[in-house]
Amino acid sequence: MKKTGAQILCESLVAEGVEVIFGFPGGSVLPLYDTLPQYPQLRHILVRHEQGAAHAADAYARVTGKAGVCLATSGPGATNLVTGIANACLDSSPVVAITGQVARPFIGKDAFQEIDITGITLPITKHNHLVLDAKEIARVVKESFYIAQAGRPGPVLMDIPRDVFQQEVEYVPAGKVDLPGYRPTLFGHPSQIKRAAQLISSAERPVIVAGRGVVISRAFAELKELAEKAQIPVITTLLGIGCFPETHVLSFGWLGMHGMAYANKAVHESDLIVAIGMRFDDRATGVVSAFAPKARIVHMDIDPAEIGKNVRVDVPIVGDVKNILQALNTQIVPREHVDWFNQLDQWRHEHPALDIRECDELLPQYVIRQIYHATGGDATIVTGVGQNQMWAAQFYFYDKPHRLVSSGGLGTMGFELPGAIGAKVGRPDAIVWCIAGDGGFQMTVQELATMVQENLAIKIAIINNGYLGMVRQWQELFYKRCYVHTQLYNPDFVKIAEAYGVPGLRVKHKADVIPAIERAMEYNGPFLIDFVVEPEENVFPIVPPGATLVQSIEMPRPEAINPTKGKRGG
Amino acid sequence: MTTVAKHTLVALVEDKPGVLNRVSSLLRRRNFNIESIAVGHTEQPDLSRMTIVVEGDDAKVEQVRKQLDKVIEVVKIVDITDDDPVARELALIKVKATASTRSEIIQIVDIFRANIVDVAADTLIVEVTGDEDKVNSLLDLLRGFGIREIARTGRIALPRGGAGPLVVEEARALKQPLKPPRAEAESPPDW
Repeated sequence: MKKTGAQILCESLVAEGVEVIFGFPGGSVLPLYDTLPQYPQLRHILVRHEQGAAHAADAYARVTGKAGVCLATSGPGATNLVTGIANACLDSSPVVAITGQVARPFIGKDAFQEIDITGITLPITKHNHLVLDAKEIARVVKESFYIAQAGRPGPVLMDIPRDVFQQEVEYVPAGKVDLPGYRPTLFGHPSQIKRAAQLISSAERPVIVAGRGVVISRAFAELKELAEKAQIPVITTLLGIGCFPETHVLSFGWLGMHGMAYANKAVHESDLIVAIGMRFDDRATGVVSAFAPKARIVHMDIDPAEIGKNVRVDVPIVGDVKNILQALNTQIVPREHVDWFNQLDQWRHEHPALDIRECDELLPQYVIRQIYHATGGDATIVTGVGQNQMWAAQFYFYDKPHRLVSSGGLGTMGFELPGAIGAKVGRPDAIVWCIAGDGGFQMTVQELATMVQENLAIKIAIINNGYLGMVRQWQELFYKRCYVHTQLYNPDFVKIAEAYGVPGLRVKHKADVIPAIERAMEYNGPFLIDFVVEPEENVFPIVPPGATLVQSIEMPRPEAINPTKGKRGG
Repeated sequence: MTTVAKHTLVALVEDKPGVLNRVSSLLRRRNFNIESIAVGHTEQPDLSRMTIVVEGDDAKVEQVRKQLDKVIEVVKIVDITDDDPVARELALIKVKATASTRSEIIQIVDIFRANIVDVAADTLIVEVTGDEDKVNSLLDLLRGFGIREIARTGRIALPRGGAGPLVVEEARALKQPLKPPRAEAESPPDW
């Protein structure tokens, strides 16, 4: 039967199990939008800026494990997706982006709204396609979803010219995926797994460092089995948070620049690091030449290029970490590490990272902790980037995966609101809290309209300190407190929310925090709280740039706090 | 410490638009310097062969190789440097030649088993094939006569003996499983 390119695209998306498309229409994709009503099973969510579509698709993918789909027109529509695609790429999120392109006869002519989006996204996609014939659409869609989700996930972009959407061809559903150049290794090499098991059995001070790969691979049970059987403390990366219950007795927090000092110390002093689905990012390792000097490293990852990229590795194991761990666990002999755990507990006692300072001021950490209590630790927390993100990661405790949704690798301010939309659409039953900074919130604030139009009951907490807080913190600590262009003139966020049809509250006092959170939770719909917090509160600990993991600056004792602090503008 | 050396990488790639761009763009953005890159068809109509020369220590070149292997259209890529491959490049050299210098140039060309492929009133075009050292030596000798233009292909290479690391049939036989490895799990068990 003959169908148009647009119909074939929709048929193919339905065949891939797509339920939601985050998109924004425009000239080149009009034939596709004209076709969408024929496919009511494809729910289209109209964003207010294409960046929001890409972030929403990304967050949708993170909470569901299914590919998220975003759609934009050619030219500016496509370029607006770029930040979101890059964000998905750095955090290995399966996003399929569909862009319109000018009609084939206009390609290469600098036509209206023409841009070479496959060229632009070459470095930030796992793969991309320019589809020049409607006959290719079914195959390209199938390949795109395969590539986006298989192996190490990542974004894939399909660029489709307007006249290809309109082209009528015989519709033949896609057959098997045939990609001779793409065959991810799924099972670890048995001899390397054996070597890893031997190292684990003989280690005296082992640590597990678990990353997002555990979440992607859903290797939660396997990780737990390994940790409990071999009695190894589990430390996660920022994006690995929740892959192992943070309230578990073997959980020792997360590592890196703002990780817990005891977690960093444990990694630094360990004699074996079992790295599972993580990539030794510079924010996780500190200065890499001095990373874990006494440790041998077993590195499991599905991406062979990650092994040996940043740190030397003693036992590389390429494969899906779930499969690797299943094979490894059969060879693990039960062990105890009493001395090591005593040492770790002592460090944890000496370096309290998660206590909240007693004071009358409204502290951001207190806000996060109260959200934790109010939601019973079971909310999906979608953060911005900066101080709000670190506090949300530190002061909420995550016992389950997919609860913290955050931009790690790219560090994209503005991810929070569209990310929360994607998370809520993906998991409608979840309680979704968007933890925003007053800076980042204004980068994608227009998505409040999307939220209202789709009636998504997202609760927004703005951690409003009147600064670009993390940059201000760096200026305070490393640039002699010279606050250049970090102080913000802010609008009235409650009135902004009101203008979009979202009820809101402003909280300035500690005593009002819990009632406000309760009111937000009780309200049946989206709700915004503007928490006006202590302006110069810092994120501690912090590993300064160029320092090792054990050279972190920790929360100063009360008497050491600068008495001039608290006055805005420095 | 490993030492910095030139490495020859050979890639079999799908013959699709933009593949060369994907490869060169990846090398650029990962801050790897390309010495030369040569592309040509293979005996298989849908596969091309790229010979890429990069300079770096073993770890860096291995990182290049692994990153290139992630390009979907790269079917297979190997570092054949240690296989003692037969490596050649071709150069066309346009050299100034007067009546008095022409015979001297022809003598040098003969010694190098190179060919004169064009003769004009005041120039000759010399075609030489060999490894880089041979081409460079000939260039050094011809420089004194005045070189007008040079075109060099960059290195192409084949491993010696019967079993090359890149047998085309083997590369073609690689087929994909249909199902993404995690598609079966609709929602996380711990949700």
